[in-house]
Amino acid sequence: MTITTPNGFTLDPSGKRVVIDPVTRIEGHLRLEVNVDSANVIRNAVSVGTMWRGLEMILKDRDPRDAWAFTQRICGVCTGTHALTSVRAVEAALGIPIPENANTIRNIMQATLYTHDHLVHFYHLHALDWVDVLSALKADPNATSALARSLSSWPLSSPGYFKDLQLRLTRFVESGQLGPFKNGYWGHPAYKLPPEANLMAVAHYLEALTFQKEIVKIHTVFGGKNPHPNWLVGGVPSAINVDSVGAVGAVNMERLDLVSSIIDRAIEFIEQVYIPDLLAVASFYKDWAQWGGGLAGRNLLCYGDFPEKANDYGADNLAFPRGAIIDGNLNEIHQVSLDDPDQIREFVTHSWYKYPDEGKGLHPYDGITEPNFVLGPATEGKKTDIRRIDEGAKYSYLKAPRWRGHAMEVGPLARWVMGYAQGRPDYKEPTDAVLKKLGVPVGALFSTLGRTAARGLECQWSAHKLKGYFNKLMATLKAGDFATANADKWEPASWPRAARGSGFSEAPRGALGHWVQIADGRIANYQCVVPTTWNGSPRDPQGNIGAYEAALLGTPMADPSRPLEILRTIHSFDPCLACSTHIMGPDGQEKAVVRVL
Amino acid sequence: MGDATFYDLFRRQGISRRSILKFCGLTAASLGLPPAAAAQIAQALETKPRIPVLWLHGLECTCCSESFIRSGHPLVKDVVLSMISLDYDDTIMAAAGHQAEAIIEEIVETYKGRYIVAVEGNPPLANDGMYCIVGGKPFVERLRYACRDAQAVIAWGSCASNGCVQAARPNPTQATPVHKVITDKPIVKVPGCPPIAEVMTGVISYILTFERLPELDRQGRPMMFYSQRIHDKCYRRAHFDAGQYVEKWDDENARKGFCLYKMGCKGPTTYNACSTVGWNDGISFPIKSGHGCIGCSEEGFWDKGPFYSRLTQVAGFGIEANADTIGRTAATGALAVAAVHGGLSAVKRLRDTRQRDKDEQG
Repeated sequence: MTITTPNGFTLDPSGKRVVIDPVTRIEGHLRLEVNVDSANVIRNAVSVGTMWRGLEMILKDRDPRDAWAFTQRICGVCTGTHALTSVRAVEAALGIPIPENANTIRNIMQATLYTHDHLVHFYHLHALDWVDVLSALKADPNATSALARSLSSWPLSSPGYFKDLQLRLTRFVESGQLGPFKNGYWGHPAYKLPPEANLMAVAHYLEALTFQKEIVKIHTVFGGKNPHPNWLVGGVPSAINVDSVGAVGAVNMERLDLVSSIIDRAIEFIEQVYIPDLLAVASFYKDWAQWGGGLAGRNLLCYGDFPEKANDYGADNLAFPRGAIIDGNLNEIHQVSLDDPDQIREFVTHSWYKYPDEGKGLHPYDGITEPNFVLGPATEGKKTDIRRIDEGAKYSYLKAPRWRGHAMEVGPLARWVMGYAQGRPDYKEPTDAVLKKLGVPVGALFSTLGRTAARGLECQWSAHKLKGYFNKLMATLKAGDFATANADKWEPASWPRAARGSGFSEAPRGALGHWVQIADGRIANYQCVVPTTWNGSPRDPQGNIGAYEAALLGTPMADPSRPLEILRTIHSFDPCLACSTHIMGPDGQEKAVVRVL
Repeated sequence: MGDATFYDLFRRQGISRRSILKFCGLTAASLGLPPAAAAQIAQALETKPRIPVLWLHGLECTCCSESFIRSGHPLVKDVVLSMISLDYDDTIMAAAGHQAEAIIEEIVETYKGRYIVAVEGNPPLANDGMYCIVGGKPFVERLRYACRDAQAVIAWGSCASNGCVQAARPNPTQATPVHKVITDKPIVKVPGCPPIAEVMTGVISYILTFERLPELDRQGRPMMFYSQRIHDKCYRRAHFDAGQYVEKWDDENARKGFCLYKMGCKGPTTYNACSTVGWNDGISFPIKSGHGCIGCSEEGFWDKGPFYSRLTQVAGFGIEANADTIGRTAATGALAVAAVHGGLSAVKRLRDTRQRDKDEQG
């Protein structure tokens, strides 16, 4: 029996059911269930968010100046982006402009996150989907060296370097204790890299693990620590002093030099290691340009980010594009507004929450969340031992956000296609260069491979933006402007009795929005709609499927009991479940009704 | 081969004995141990197999894992390849689904009493534990199973140690720290949101090296990292003592690096190593970058805010008037110093009282 969804996908849940729980190498807890046909092609996919924390309920009645710290703890991987979104929402509500330097430093913080997060995703969350660690033991170190030198001028490329690494890896494997590589899908027929490419990739996996900790030191300079640096409503907390008494107690020349040197090293690592690796790996997996597209060729959503000038959040002032693309029509970019009640709405028909009228979606300003963990009649197992979920009923802790009723994909691919469609040269030129290098058409972008490539391009883009923002900060300082915070409206007595505002950003995983209502100096309501809620969304009342579910359809699996192909596509989205499943409205109650029918 | 020692592994991996000894020296230094301890560490590495570690994730944000991989000494690649056997960690492991689940069972069965469970996040107990589901079952069930035959449990971060943000009022999911669920195993709490990277790897190095858990305080935290307040070793302490405070964000005093006490800094009541070990290879810590400490390693810190209200609002603290006076007049006289130190004693008294209350409750 097949079902055609309103958004044009055909689902057939009749074949063998494959369950992957936990999905690993992601943030948080996700379960996937798919049905495969007799040829092991995925014909139905079910994305189940399996955790819920209730942070927005916890935010009620708090001081809005503290909200950034709470919301930052939504996610420690995309650390900072929720905090940034939160201070923007509170500043929007209270009408607080920030100094130019504060805007620049926030852009530096955000670009640092992008540079770090995408690098870590590629090597430590995604690479093992493409790289067979055990195959690396069979590589010829001389040939590996030759391969590495043909791709890049990165100096760690001698035969001896790869030989030593291979020896260390061999001893590690021979110990019988494989640690994080234990029970991996080594030898799976879907692995295509030759041993030499695998050895080179393992070397870079380890190098990237050591290098990533350098990038975040920029957060540490301006925010005091990473993960979870500090932020401030009205600006940034790090005062700057480069030439007078006490400069050593503030951000001074030595600190700025440190930031500058890290930026240069990050650009070097990305351009000499990450991008060449990405292209090399992609060249062996061009078939992945035909799978994993899902919503990508149809519906894409971006809020935009990186305001070039302070206090102007209009699309023209943003380095990241804003807009919506519907039905794959790249010639028409729709305007996006977080405050328009008709645009963004969340549905709960298939989510473990309850609305008074579940046929209707609610805009985040009016959001309600009341947990309602109910399993459908076709569930196999029992409440505390679910063996097969019933997607005909409620089946996820993620809500289903929709833009004007459409399920949307968000994230690096959405941003790159949006920038490409808008004809922005900083998106179009590198994208065209990669397509040309791989010898694939522009349509190849709408795929697992395209998503992974877009993330790499974005990492390179962000590292260069980082340098640009740093230079801008230095230019402003040279012009004599050292201001980093506006404390005029710091005291709650200066606030209106009631106010509301929205803040947005592009998290590495996609469009992120916070909506805050303030009454008598306290938070009256706080809502977040986050990227993984869009991408990992369950079905809506009309039966439209979300991006994860759509992307898995049509993918052939070599061996459904070793679900490497599913991991490839799901990891290409870089899931973050702690982000997506924290939603709790002001009227939320602890009265989950649980029954298994 | 499964019982190869660290030393064997290092040597087989082509690392010289000289390098190994250097590593041991650095480890000793990072733990604040005398140079003689380096030999003890080297001895330990030569004779011990890698301990399997099951790193479980409950309700959390993964900041602890992210912090862990920031460790500068030892590097995480060396921790994972040469010190422990990190057989299960959802965040980085290659396997997923059944292949991942099978590992927990295998380690629990094979290494009875000889493995460590590291917990990031905590189990929610409301809704039969089904606010955090792993493998179709409540996380709390898997936590209990994995801990059953563990040698020890490490509670990473404030979630596992104290409950942290999801346990803040009104704690909708009944998120519960690990020690309230696992009651029959030694538990090392490493609080912080997240903990400092080198504190995390330092705890592991210590356990491996000395074959014992570090000495813990009454709350279960390693004394070596959590026995002093941020304030005790803060580089801005002199400004506190001199009555020099930041009065407003980005004011002249902020640009001189004065004390953040009036901006709500919780350094005086927070026990952690931030002002000594520092963050991210010691680059900075919150106060050094201009923001007060929010007390993220203290139990219930989310409910002790707002973060920007100064500690004097805590009942029984009582030095607000003195600090205000000092700040306004920039007085540096003996009277002011005496007043400030009076305040400090009050902090200590408060701390002691809190501790006593906790002990009595516990």
